Order: sequence, then C-alpha cells, then structure tokens
Amino acid sequence: MSMNTLFQGFLGRSRSAGGVTFSAGFGFLVISVYIVVAVFAPLIAPYGEAQIVGSQFEPWSAAFPLGTDNLGRDVLSRLIFGARNTIGIALAATLVAFGIGTTLGLLAATRGGLTDRLLSTFVNILMAIPLLIFALLLLALFGTSISSLIVIVALLESTRVFRVVRAVAMNVAVCDYVEAARLRGEGNIWVMVFEILPNLRAALLAEMGLRFCFIFLLISGLSFLGLGIQPPAADWGSMVKDYSALIAYGDITPLIPAMAIALLSVSVNLIVDWLLRT
Amino acid sequence: MGNVWQLMLWRILLGLLTLFAVSVLIFSGVQFLPGDFATEVLGQAATPEAIDAIRRSLGFDVPAYMRYFAWISDVARGHFGTAFASGRDVAELVAPRLANTMFLAAMTAAFAVPLSLTLGLLCAVFRDSWFDRAVSFVTLVSISFPEFFVAYVLVLWLAVDAGLFPVLSDISSQSTLAERIFVSVLPALTLTLGVLAHMTRMTKVSLVNLLDNQYIETARLKGNPEIVVLFRHALPNAWAPITNVVALNLAYLITGVVVVESVFVYPGLGQLMVDSVQIRDIPVVQTCALIFAATYVVVNLIADVVSVVTNPRILHPK
Repeated sequence: MSMNTLFQGFLGRSRSAGGVTFSAGFGFLVISVYIVVAVFAPLIAPYGEAQIVGSQFEPWSAAFPLGTDNLGRDVLSRLIFGARNTIGIALAATLVAFGIGTTLGLLAATRGGLTDRLLSTFVNILMAIPLLIFALLLLALFGTSISSLIVIVALLESTRVFRVVRAVAMNVAVCDYVEAARLRGEGNIWVMVFEILPNLRAALLAEMGLRFCFIFLLISGLSFLGLGIQPPAADWGSMVKDYSALIAYGDITPLIPAMAIALLSVSVNLIVDWLLRT
Repeated sequence: MGNVWQLMLWRILLGLLTLFAVSVLIFSGVQFLPGDFATEVLGQAATPEAIDAIRRSLGFDVPAYMRYFAWISDVARGHFGTAFASGRDVAELVAPRLANTMFLAAMTAAFAVPLSLTLGLLCAVFRDSWFDRAVSFVTLVSISFPEFFVAYVLVLWLAVDAGLFPVLSDISSQSTLAERIFVSVLPALTLTLGVLAHMTRMTKVSLVNLLDNQYIETARLKGNPEIVVLFRHALPNAWAPITNVVALNLAYLITGVVVVESVFVYPGLGQLMVDSVQIRDIPVVQTCALIFAATYVVVNLIADVVSVVTNPRILHPK
C-alpha cells in the first residue's frame, strides 16, 4: 500500500485528484531519512556520542568529516546521535501534550456547563503568559532535567491542543448521532471515545504536525539557551550554541545542526500544508 | 457612541482581570517550590542562617494570600526585592535591560510593520500571481526556521563575510544613539524576519476575505478605479483585523527577543532572564516573567481596544 492510500485510509476520505504533491513528497522523504538516522544512530555514527576522539575544534578532515567540537568530540557523530535526543524528546512532549489536551478538550465539549467554563477560563489565563517566558519561569523553579523539560513543555502546549480539540469537538457534540447515543443511555466516556473522537482524526492529525513543529522549535530554542537537553547528551540546539564561536571565523559548522532543525520543521510544515489542503 | 465606551470598558476590565490572574500565577509558582530549594540554591553556603534568610525573604512564615498582597503592593511601588546572586536591588538590575529591550523591539517594529503591511497588500491585490506565490512560499519556510538559524546566517553574511555590522551587540550606558542603532541592526533584522512572515500572511488573508464581499463588487461596478476601491472601501473594514495582527506580532516580539538577545549577547531583559534561570535566581526570574507577561497582556489589550475603535460596524451601529 502506498503512502498516499495509507493516508487516505487514515483520514477516512477519498481524494478525487492529485495525491502526494511534490513538496509533501519531499517532506515525507526528509522525515524518513531522519527516522532512519535516529533509529540506527549507533550503527551509522563513526564514533560514540560523548567519545573524545581528537583535540578541540579540529577542522574538517577525512577522519572527522565535520571536524571536532569544543571538547574534541566528533561533530558528525554528535549530529547523528542528536537526531535521537532532539526528535525523541520533542515527540514525547507532543504525545503527552496531546494526551492531556485531547482528554480535557473532549471532557469540556461533552460535559459542557461548569466543567467547560472552568477549564476554558483556566486555559485562557495560562495562555495569557507568553509560552517561552512561562517555560523559563517553570524551568527556574523546577530545574533543568529531561523529565521536567518534557512535562513543562507538554503542559504548556496542551493548552493549545485543548483549544483546538474543544472547538472541533463542540461542533461534533451537537450532531444527531451523538444525541442518539445519549438517548440510548451511553455515558460521557463512551460518547467521547466512540462518537466524538473518531470525527476528530483529520483535525487532530494536522494539529499534531503543527504542534510537533512548535514543540521541536521550542525545545531546540531552550537547548540553545542552555536550559533544555543537558550535556553530555548530544542535541542540535545546544550544539549550535557550543560551536557558535566558530561563526566569527567564517566556519559554517554551527549552521549544520541549525540547518538540521530547520529542515525537519520545514518538512513537517510542508506535510501539514498538504494535509490541510486535501 | 455609548455602546463603544461600554465595550471598551468591558475589554479593559477583562484585561485587568487577566493581569491579576497572571500575577497570581507567577507568584504562586514560588509557593510550589520543592522544599529543599533554599539548600539547593545556596549549595556549599547553606548555613542554617542563610537558609532562614531566604525562607524569610520569600516570606514563608505568613499565609499565602497575605504574602501575595504584600508582594503585589511592593511590585506596584517598584520594589522587586533583592537578587539572590548579586545581592543587588532587582529593580536597579532590570531597568537598564528593559530600556535596551524596548529599544530593540521598537526598532524591529519600525522595520517590520510598514514592510509587512505593504507586502500583504500587494499579495492581496495581485492574488495568485508569481509574486504572491513566492511570498507565501517564503513565509511558510521562514516560520519553520528557528530564530538562531536565521540569526547566524545573517551574522555569517552581513557581519563576517561583508563586514558591515558587528557580530556582537556591545552596548553600554555611554553608547550614543547612533552606536546603539548600528549594533542593533542585526538583531532587529533577525526579529523582523521572524514576524514578517506571519504579519504579511495575515494582512493578505484579512484583505482577501474583504475583497470577496459583494459591496466591493458594487464599488467596482460603479466604475471606481481599483485604488479607490482598495483604500476607500476595503481598507476601512480591514483595519481592525490588521491592528490585531500587528499587536499579536509585537507581542510575539516580546518572547522572540529572548533567543535573539542571547545570540548577539545583547544586554536586554531576555538575556538577563536566561542568565537568571541558569543560576535559579528566583526574584529576578519572577520580575522578568512579570514584566514580559504584563507587556504581553497590555499589548493585546491595546489591540482589542484599537480594533473596537477602528471598526466601522461598531462605531456606526444601525
């Protein structure tokens, strides 16, 4: 089964013309490469993640294709292992954010009334603080570790998921078949999971792509500021920061991990754009 | 007109309520601190007296709501407490940084707002042309780029290769205005590219939606030249959404500065906050967060008010 029909099946609608556009195809290609690199990192990387193999800041050579870093570790290997950490943590945070946001959004839409009003007010207040600032405040309070990073980012982003899910679910909740299910005597949970959730698939999928992008960029930004993924774990954001001194000498090494971040987020956006248009 | 005042008053009240809620939230963050916080901050220097001093400076010996009101009334009078790390007055630490950040934001807005409004207008008028397509492709790509990537590419091109601007933004209290502008060009340019995409896109969308209206068609059929249709018939209705977009992006600038300041070592509030988070200097972080959040709320509030007073439908009710 081709990627295209797979997506059609998943989205639950048939598309008359077109198929995967060039830009979406490019996006899928890039993402598959990233996944392969992330999964098979130990096999692909020439050296270990935190292995010191040379002296500091060695130039590009046959032994070290992208040179060595500020501690004498191989930059290419760090880049390859970085795919694992950077994408893995962003993915984990996205899934947690969706878990929380979807559950609460569905709850607000199905129960309505006071539950809805309380949840919505709370979310509105949380959203009145700029996300990055809020994240910085929480990181100062709870310290920087991978688990607190995932929880903090997921909690903050779940407010955005909540909004989308609630809005879409509200429209579904007034449909006749939901009413019918209620008259049959089904409980709130049954209605949420079996009547409303299946209708949110398309909206959720596009939202998931967008959210992943935001979360990925947020975590990269925090890592760049030295507050995200902590050493010795390889990560693209902190790699940019660590090598940034090289820029002044016209060396483009720090741009490579930044490029890796940019390319992935462009690819996901291209796919989301395609999903939204079809 | 009574209607408008009522609406505006309501919005302002709502804004103040949000501000109150935000301050409670930022305040209560400190209340959930893990118990050994004082020990952890002090590290080696954790003598019982020092721990006690921190506990007392956070006021853990009175009820939470009283501490909140004591804190907020201090804040209202400009007393933000003392920084853990340097022992200096937080207000003194923050004031020059805030001025620098405001300067950077103002400079960015001066670049970005006219540029994106013009681009958005052109995209709406020449819809589906190659120009429109090129702009929407660039906007899609640029929103997916992390700020530090754009920043370093600009540094490489304009500072290292072309040698036009300095790599780092070195500002002291003695800097003249010209010097300030000169060292702020690269950070301002980075921020401009960050907000340009979104502003252009939203300006275009709000205008395109308007141009599809029937009254625009009527104006055209009356024989008005396109420019008159655009400026006299379409634009008055577009101001409200456009101001909203501008305000949203100015609000975005407030968070955008954090990363960009860090790249250029620009001595602004964002840089101060990041440094303070690293050493967990809570009073400074709290103050920075409060300033950022308050600015964000106020900018949004102003946008709300402006969109009310520029909306002809509300100004001239039937």
